[in-house]
Amino acid sequence: MTEMPMVRYENVSKRYGAFTVLDNLNLDVARGEKVSIIGPSGSGKTTVLRMLMTLESINGGTLWVDGEPMTHMSKNGRLVPADARHIRRIRAKIGMVFQSFNLFPHMTALGNCIEAPITVLGMGRKEAEERAAELLDMVGLSAKKDHYPGQLSGGQQQRVAIARALAMRPKIMLFDEVTSALDPELVGEVLQVIRRIGAEHDLTMLMVTHQMGFAKEFSDRVCFFYQGKICEQGPPAQIFGNPQNERTRQFLNAVLEAG
Amino acid sequence: MWDWAFTIDILPVLARAAVITVQATAIGFVIAALLGLVLASIRLSSPAAGLVVAILVELVRSTPLLIQIFFLFFVLPKVGIVLDAFTAGVLAIGLHYAAYCSEVYRAGFENVPRGQWEASIALNLSPWTTFKDIILPQALPPVVPALGNYLIALFKETPLLSAIAVVELMQRAKIIGSETFRYTEPVTLVGLFFLVMSLLSAGLVRVLDGWLSRRYG
Amino acid sequence: MWIRVLAAMLAATLTAIVILSFQDGFKVFVPGLLQGAWLTVQIAVLGALLAVVMALTAALAKLYGPLPLRWLAVAYIEIFRGTSALVQLFWLYFVLPQFGIFMDAFPVAVLALGLNIGAYGAEVVRGAIRAVPKGQWEASTALNMTRAQMLRRIILPQAFVAMIPPWGNLFIELVKSTSLVSLITLADLTFKAQQMNQATLQTVPIFTLVLLLYLAISLTITICMRFTEGWAAKGVLHGKAS
Repeated sequence: MTEMPMVRYENVSKRYGAFTVLDNLNLDVARGEKVSIIGPSGSGKTTVLRMLMTLESINGGTLWVDGEPMTHMSKNGRLVPADARHIRRIRAKIGMVFQSFNLFPHMTALGNCIEAPITVLGMGRKEAEERAAELLDMVGLSAKKDHYPGQLSGGQQQRVAIARALAMRPKIMLFDEVTSALDPELVGEVLQVIRRIGAEHDLTMLMVTHQMGFAKEFSDRVCFFYQGKICEQGPPAQIFGNPQNERTRQFLNAVLEAG
Repeated sequence: MWDWAFTIDILPVLARAAVITVQATAIGFVIAALLGLVLASIRLSSPAAGLVVAILVELVRSTPLLIQIFFLFFVLPKVGIVLDAFTAGVLAIGLHYAAYCSEVYRAGFENVPRGQWEASIALNLSPWTTFKDIILPQALPPVVPALGNYLIALFKETPLLSAIAVVELMQRAKIIGSETFRYTEPVTLVGLFFLVMSLLSAGLVRVLDGWLSRRYG
Repeated sequence: MWIRVLAAMLAATLTAIVILSFQDGFKVFVPGLLQGAWLTVQIAVLGALLAVVMALTAALAKLYGPLPLRWLAVAYIEIFRGTSALVQLFWLYFVLPQFGIFMDAFPVAVLALGLNIGAYGAEVVRGAIRAVPKGQWEASTALNMTRAQMLRRIILPQAFVAMIPPWGNLFIELVKSTSLVSLITLADLTFKAQQMNQATLQTVPIFTLVLLLYLAISLTITICMRFTEGWAAKGVLHGKAS
């Protein structure tokens, strides 16, 4: 069991009708590893995260989380499709931050961070509030804890969303283009927070990003997706410094020229 | 409990009454659609006239159609206008739904971009030409489905005419019921008639909506 | 701006009622009509309660119920939206007794109108739930909530805000359709008017008062719903939603 990676995609496929989004994906992410996923739009990178969060079903293959199959469970020595209870137990290990924040607009920043710990984990209100206050402090928003999402800037909302996900004590954090919806001047504050939790928490992280500089500096490994497949992967120094694949080179040239 | 022989007996009688129901629906809706358009156009013309129309619409929508039917039927003769029950009833229905239709047209007008008015002014078109040739053709098609839904709503309110003894479907069913002491068949048949017609028309409106949004969307 | 016009209309309506109730030719009718109006209000309030309960139940059943329950909800919504309120009222009043079910006119009235408006309300509730952005469901899933928790804590509070204006319209429709109960012998406002009209032939004063009384009830509801709308948008969503 200790050999098993934190996350394993085993021959995972995803199709929409005749269109194949992901084709036989195999990817292991080790405990505590930080993996960035880059690639042109439509290459299936967001789908990789959404499948792991069970927001998308998979059409083939198996997903493993922390040594256990997520989409299947063993019953009488055989693997059968997972039931809702099994999925919820596994899902408890995963947190996700979205491109469009998706904060609950009718709850304060603090309310957003204590909602699931109370209703899902059954935590007492006082404990949940103390912990949420600590997390909001860590993302630099202790002064805004009684504000509603509509009263916060995009960058502040995204930092609340990060605190909200962390409040569930996940082992794995998924970041889905978390700075794409932000005005350029607000990107830095969010990346700063991600850097900090990367350093302070022993979390496994998967992020889909367009911030090449951040991917290069922050991640242990970078995967370049192209047309539903991993086209090239390796340490950031290799991918950004000396890409082996022609597609990777073209993509990085295009991105660097634009930006 | 359900008497088929009796059902077959009363079917032709009900069918004749259904003709009255359909006539009332058709005439009532023509009044509603035309008067509604006039009201909505007046709202466009000036803020003061618009306020008066808005208040009138609110008044009509805030009081029961049944009372409005009674009002036209009983009060108009007092001022010398004697209408038979069918005319008074259909007029009341038409006026009532004109208020609703005017709101539909208003939404249609509001959805035409301001730039269309401005471009027309820039081309020196007269206000009437602008309204007739530029605004109306853009405002009307998108609101046709909403008007269709009010046509269905109006149709379902025609049984109210039975309250002033217009022998439409509901009144005929009640007469049959009081003569034979059997209400189950006539009232259920009337219900089924409305259900089938409403579902069919709702389906038509949906098809129309799809077609319009492909054509003009 | 429009809320002020509405308030002015309500004030004018109430003033007119008070002035007329001191006029000869009008004042004899006032006590009887007020009695009728009281019954109208009772039916409307109870009908509204039933409508809200039915709308929530049917909408949730149609969206998330197991298959047979979903069919039942669809059948309820389509049948009650597809036929007239008056037909439903008559059916419950005249046909149910032939199946051995006897009810007084008052419960029949509340049941018929509540079920009728509830069917329209179900579509309002369903539309409002579906209008909540998909991201809210996804965020709740990512936080590992159960579907019941998502609905209760995240989705319904937001859908609630979007429901208020259409529910305002439905409540007005409900008040107006209470006039139908006069046709099954309940002594509501419309019934009293008809009765007095037949007895005295004083058509103009009677129907003027009746129109004003309905107007007062409807405008009160419209204004209350406007305030609720403003309160909900501010109190629940606090500025624009993310």
